[in-house]
Amino acid sequence: MKANGTVFKYGDNVDTDVIIPARYLNSSDPAELASHCMEDIDKDFIKKVKKGDIIVADKNFGCGSSREHAPIAIKAAGVSCVIAQTFARIFYRNAINIGLPIIECPEASRGIQDGDQVEVDFDSGVIYNRTRGTQFQGQAFPEFMQKIIAAQGLINYINSKEE
Amino acid sequence: MGMTMTQKILAAAAGLEKVEAGQLIEAKLDLVLGNDITSPVAIREMEKMKVQGVFDKDKIALVPDHFVPNKDIKSAEHCKCVREFARRNEITNYFEVGEMGIEHALLPEKGLTVPGDVIIGADSHTCTYGALGAFSTGVGSTDMAAGMATGMAWFKVPGAIRFCLVGRPGEWISGKDVILHIIGMIGVDGALYKSMEFVGEGIRYLSMDDRFTIANMAIEAGGKNGIFPVDETAEAYLREHTSRSWKVYEADEDAVYDEEYTIDLSALRPTVAFPHLPENTRTVDEIKEEIPIDQVVIGSCTNGRLEDLRTAAKVLKGRRVKKGLRCIVIPATQAIYLQAMEEGLLKTFIEAGAVVSTPTCGPCLGGYMGILAKGERCVSTTNRNFVGRMGDVESEIYLASPAVAAASAVTGRISCPCQL
Repeated sequence: MKANGTVFKYGDNVDTDVIIPARYLNSSDPAELASHCMEDIDKDFIKKVKKGDIIVADKNFGCGSSREHAPIAIKAAGVSCVIAQTFARIFYRNAINIGLPIIECPEASRGIQDGDQVEVDFDSGVIYNRTRGTQFQGQAFPEFMQKIIAAQGLINYINSKEE
Repeated sequence: MGMTMTQKILAAAAGLEKVEAGQLIEAKLDLVLGNDITSPVAIREMEKMKVQGVFDKDKIALVPDHFVPNKDIKSAEHCKCVREFARRNEITNYFEVGEMGIEHALLPEKGLTVPGDVIIGADSHTCTYGALGAFSTGVGSTDMAAGMATGMAWFKVPGAIRFCLVGRPGEWISGKDVILHIIGMIGVDGALYKSMEFVGEGIRYLSMDDRFTIANMAIEAGGKNGIFPVDETAEAYLREHTSRSWKVYEADEDAVYDEEYTIDLSALRPTVAFPHLPENTRTVDEIKEEIPIDQVVIGSCTNGRLEDLRTAAKVLKGRRVKKGLRCIVIPATQAIYLQAMEEGLLKTFIEAGAVVSTPTCGPCLGGYMGILAKGERCVSTTNRNFVGRMGDVESEIYLASPAVAAASAVTGRISCPCQL
């Protein structure tokens, strides 16, 4: 599985309140949530993002609330992958559980700029910056999490164990 | 190599002799929690599962508290979804308006959280119950769904940071000042993926309400959980609130910690976190400029408990909220509300010119009941001061203790009761 898209680059501590502000949490509809994704940090994000694009951030991406609406909004906005130096732990779990690919890679985070064209190979963890011709090795997931990702989320994974 | 308190609880819940940091385990759950924001998403996920029904109707707690009493039609639909799910599955611990409270104040009060428990909640402040020696941590809706269906959850065993608390806190110093000080010291990702284990003789000077506040904000340092040893104070609280039996786990003497800090409680000063991160802390003595404010909020899962209200009332007694400033007091549960009424605290608030609301998370997450306009500033006893958290993206939140919040309501600028 591969991702290929334009990068939206953000800094440290992008919290779930800016990813999807609580004033929209009276809805749990993915499309509606997506229409407000990143609104409080980047008003133009939702106008510019195209299917397959990639978010790259510095440290502690997704800190704050446990709202799964945050990775749901990002995924529904068309984002194919989030790369960060580190993720907040609940966001990390939630992303895996709903099947939004995420990769921790401090070097990639430092070596990728806003607007760069980037390719990600989820099987090998290799991140290739096509704009700058640079390559990075992302951290591979433990086998257990790979199974959840391969099943496209925790619910499918549990269902497959029931069979 | 020994285990930390958290690791011991997780090992027991996973049926293992020993676990170590980084190990992936599956653990049995004692309680699965959700609220009106996160449960509808979990319920929808559960419907996709082959396992039918819930694993144990007594071990699930559903607490509509964020946008209730329903703030709009969409919130009403969410609450209806949770209510009907609770009815269909005969959930014992569903708390309707009238019996509900803010989840993390309510569950310990109802005796549902005891030492040694493994608890997940689809709310980031689920880490609160570590104050009673439980392992409890926030998760998302899908984990909640899987937990409700199977009674199990996967965890990566966390490493730990040990905070040794020594000395006796001075006047007006509360659990909020302790945890803000710590977050200011280690940063909002200082405990990322880790347990924050609190130990030391200073703990005996901290009330249960102080400890709930400290454990509650472990997530604001990125922590997986915060946890306290079970001492006489905790046992007295448990005897008063629960009929459940419990098991006390203690860290091994040779447990391994990634980092250790000693905090002298006697040296702490009232502490305020400036916009827009809980790590931007300053003591009141370090605030040289005058910071005029428009609103004060006293409440939330962090600081809406009885002792918080008592402290705020002590400051506001015989004083007036500054003209033109809004002061909103939100008791966290019905029981706290009632007790505050019987003690005359509500009268003090109202006479001072504050308003008192029914329990709700409301303004803390910018839901309703005190939203900020562009450029407005609020001193709040809540837990997050992120951009736009309480309203307009150009509004500002200053996190503080109930004592500082109440004093600020009187002066109209960030103040300590010692300055009144």
